[in-house]
Amino acid sequence: MELPNIESAGADDRVVIVGGGQAGAECAATLRMLGFAGPITILSEEPTHPYSRPPLSKGYLLGDVTSTDLYIRPPATYEDQRVEVRLATRATGIDRDTQTVRTDGPDGDDDVSYDWLVLATGGRARLLPDARAHAAPNVHTLRRLADIDEMRAQFTPGARLAVLGGGYVGLEVAAVARKSGLDVTVVEAGPRVLARVTLPVVSDFYERIHKEQGVDIRTCRFVDSVEVGADGRAVAVKLSDGVTLPIDLVVVGIGMEANDELAHDAGLAVDGGVVVDEFCRTEDPRILAVGDCTRHPCAQNGGLRRVESVPNALEQAKVVAAALTGNARPYDAIPWFWSDQYDVKLQVVGLCPSHDEIIVRGSADEGRSFSLFYLKDGAIRAADVVNNPRDFMVAKKLVAMQAEVDTSRLADPATPLKELLVAATAEAPGNGSRDG
Amino acid sequence: MGRVVFIRADGVKTDTTAENGQSLMQVARANLVPGIVAECGGELSCATCHVFVDEQWVSLLPPKSEEEEDMLEVAAAEPTECSRLSCQVKFSPDLDGIVVTVPAVQ
Repeated sequence: MELPNIESAGADDRVVIVGGGQAGAECAATLRMLGFAGPITILSEEPTHPYSRPPLSKGYLLGDVTSTDLYIRPPATYEDQRVEVRLATRATGIDRDTQTVRTDGPDGDDDVSYDWLVLATGGRARLLPDARAHAAPNVHTLRRLADIDEMRAQFTPGARLAVLGGGYVGLEVAAVARKSGLDVTVVEAGPRVLARVTLPVVSDFYERIHKEQGVDIRTCRFVDSVEVGADGRAVAVKLSDGVTLPIDLVVVGIGMEANDELAHDAGLAVDGGVVVDEFCRTEDPRILAVGDCTRHPCAQNGGLRRVESVPNALEQAKVVAAALTGNARPYDAIPWFWSDQYDVKLQVVGLCPSHDEIIVRGSADEGRSFSLFYLKDGAIRAADVVNNPRDFMVAKKLVAMQAEVDTSRLADPATPLKELLVAATAEAPGNGSRDG
Repeated sequence: MGRVVFIRADGVKTDTTAENGQSLMQVARANLVPGIVAECGGELSCATCHVFVDEQWVSLLPPKSEEEEDMLEVAAAEPTECSRLSCQVKFSPDLDGIVVTVPAVQ
């Protein structure tokens, strides 16, 4: 592929990164690792230095992990690396003509000028339409460290928790809550949990696991209302089937909305996310975007996609840092995800909405380990691997090479996946065993 | 507190200071050591923080969990007896001076 002419940053150019999450932090660090020595500023709304979000709904909520453990890098590293981090500072507008970002921070308003602006604004938890419900001190969403700190104090044994939404976040919270002795009901509007991210065989597996762990899962029901008492606390959740669940706390996990308003207000294209090309560039050559907030080209399936995942944030951050330091390369890494619930680790690689064949390896109906492979035109394009990190690592390679394998052996857990990889590698074009 | 030395695949050494209880992965990230990718942030999900521990230190490390063994077996760089996931090795005073080599690929 011929690379377009991509301008790199001058030695003294100032890079301003809006957003102090994983994507923003990694962008700054990678710029330094690649030798960029110019000024870098991170503007972060959060009161703390960049931290890792995945453990929030797992180890941190459970209390196994401290907030210091969550730091992506210790605060001192930013100082050592001359990366200015302005905490509790919101970017309120971009003036593209003067190349400045308006900010609102602890010391009031300020204009920060940039030569290169990286939007790493991430997303926010989607809310219920009823604002009164969210004002209740026992109704929580989950995105930030502070959300967990508030919620955790209410995670007492015997407390009745309603989790609204059966996605990854909701199910991870349900798992921690059961471990902590709470009484848990998961309410999902769709016909099954994880409907947005996987197929029924995996959804059924997770519903079984959660039921085995004592979670009450109610699908095909949405929330009519959250009833709030005179003291402002939520007391019950009324469901669309007429059932009222008395509760002590509620966690709302109904998805993420991209923070794309800053880009939109600056006249940049947004489409449920900041629209960027494969080099993470917006239409403004001086403004780039990375991470959860982007809608970017899907190198595997074509079209644009938005992905909520750490590996995506890291890869895009590296793509931007590479471009700014004169080594431009497109973003073509295959996305992957993971989720830990109880003793069950799910690892997912690839996205293949248009698969035409699925292969189940092992049994989803019993035990706690199996895999699901998504094929298109005979090639492996994605995989959901449950409790088998070894198979997952091989699956990543099979997906990357779009391997065509003997599907009966793929379905047989007694056949080591590595054997299929070796066979597929020998068969692959360019390895001499097959012409053309 | 003590010293951890990271040797990159190209031979460049980085001398770092580690706090007790910090994982070697955290130490590497704090010091911007290239090659420690650590995509999952230490949740034993990615095997991208693989290191080769210098032989003399291997016996001082706590044993690997089954999960770590599984992940290592399929790490991008061929694992050896000295392979560890750096997120699983916590620094302690008896590891003062430990030397680890970062593989060329993760």
